[in-house]
Amino acid sequence: MKQWIMVWALVLAVPAWAGEAQPVGEDPKIEQRLNVLAEDLRCLVCQNESLAGSHAELAEDLRREIRDQMKQGKDDKQVVEYLVARYGDFVLYNPPFKPLTLVLWLGPLFFLLLGGFVWWTVLKRRRAQPDDMVNTQTRAEAARILEGKSE
Amino acid sequence: MNKRLIPLIAFLLLAAFFAKGLFLNPREVPSPFIGKPAPAFRLPEVGNPVKTFGPEEMRGQVWMLNVWAPWCVSCRQEHGVLMQLQAQGVKLVGLNWKDKDREAAALLARLGSPYLSTVEDLDGRVGIDYGVTGTPETFVIDKSGIIRFKQTGPITEEVWKEKLEPMLKELAR
Repeated sequence: MKQWIMVWALVLAVPAWAGEAQPVGEDPKIEQRLNVLAEDLRCLVCQNESLAGSHAELAEDLRREIRDQMKQGKDDKQVVEYLVARYGDFVLYNPPFKPLTLVLWLGPLFFLLLGGFVWWTVLKRRRAQPDDMVNTQTRAEAARILEGKSE
Repeated sequence: MNKRLIPLIAFLLLAAFFAKGLFLNPREVPSPFIGKPAPAFRLPEVGNPVKTFGPEEMRGQVWMLNVWAPWCVSCRQEHGVLMQLQAQGVKLVGLNWKDKDREAAALLARLGSPYLSTVEDLDGRVGIDYGVTGTPETFVIDKSGIIRFKQTGPITEEVWKEKLEPMLKELAR
């Protein structure tokens, strides 16, 4: 009986598990939007960290700024525009497609096509080589070796 | 041309690109402000908060906005150069960036101030408006209030002689 009470007590206690700790005093919806957006933004002090992951002071200030703008009702695009106007495209981890970034976006495609072209020409040249003579020669050689073995 | 040389040439080309990339300074991010008007602000002066300063007061003059902080080591390094510039008549305005301990007034009193005016940007918001990522940074602003150049890192005598002095002379015409 006592054991059953313990088991039930444990079962009933399950819903008491709390979710992850929420930041105190902030709107959770805005915090979530901030985290999603800041993943794609570069921290300008420690340049290989995202704005979401950085503990640099400037990153904290910028998160505060983004938070304030979101509270004012600005959408993600407006917030990004605000940051790009100040820090340039460098702040974006996902660079925009424009004349300056053409090589960045189309370069890989160019090299893929170049590689494909080289591959194709090499194949074509190999196919054009007459290999009949090589074949008869090697066949004769093979036959000679085989004969020699059978004797 | 010998076809065998093609891989070698491709390799050298790639190596040249990598070598160039290796010696670039990743901190030198092009500022989107070059050629644009200096963002407006009005901030209290260090040590005399009753008085305020805004960049529009410098209209008609070529000047430099120097973003610095008492806790910044390389700012201390450029301080001597700035003092010389001030003696030569270069117009400098200091933006005291995120000086939470409020040490700027005492520091300037001790070391001397190269600035016409030093303003207090305690929470760093004006710094963000100028796209500041760290101290020191210096903006060259022309007579009509347009930002012409941004120096990231301390102003050394070399930087002054090679970049800033010719530019200021050109702008002052």
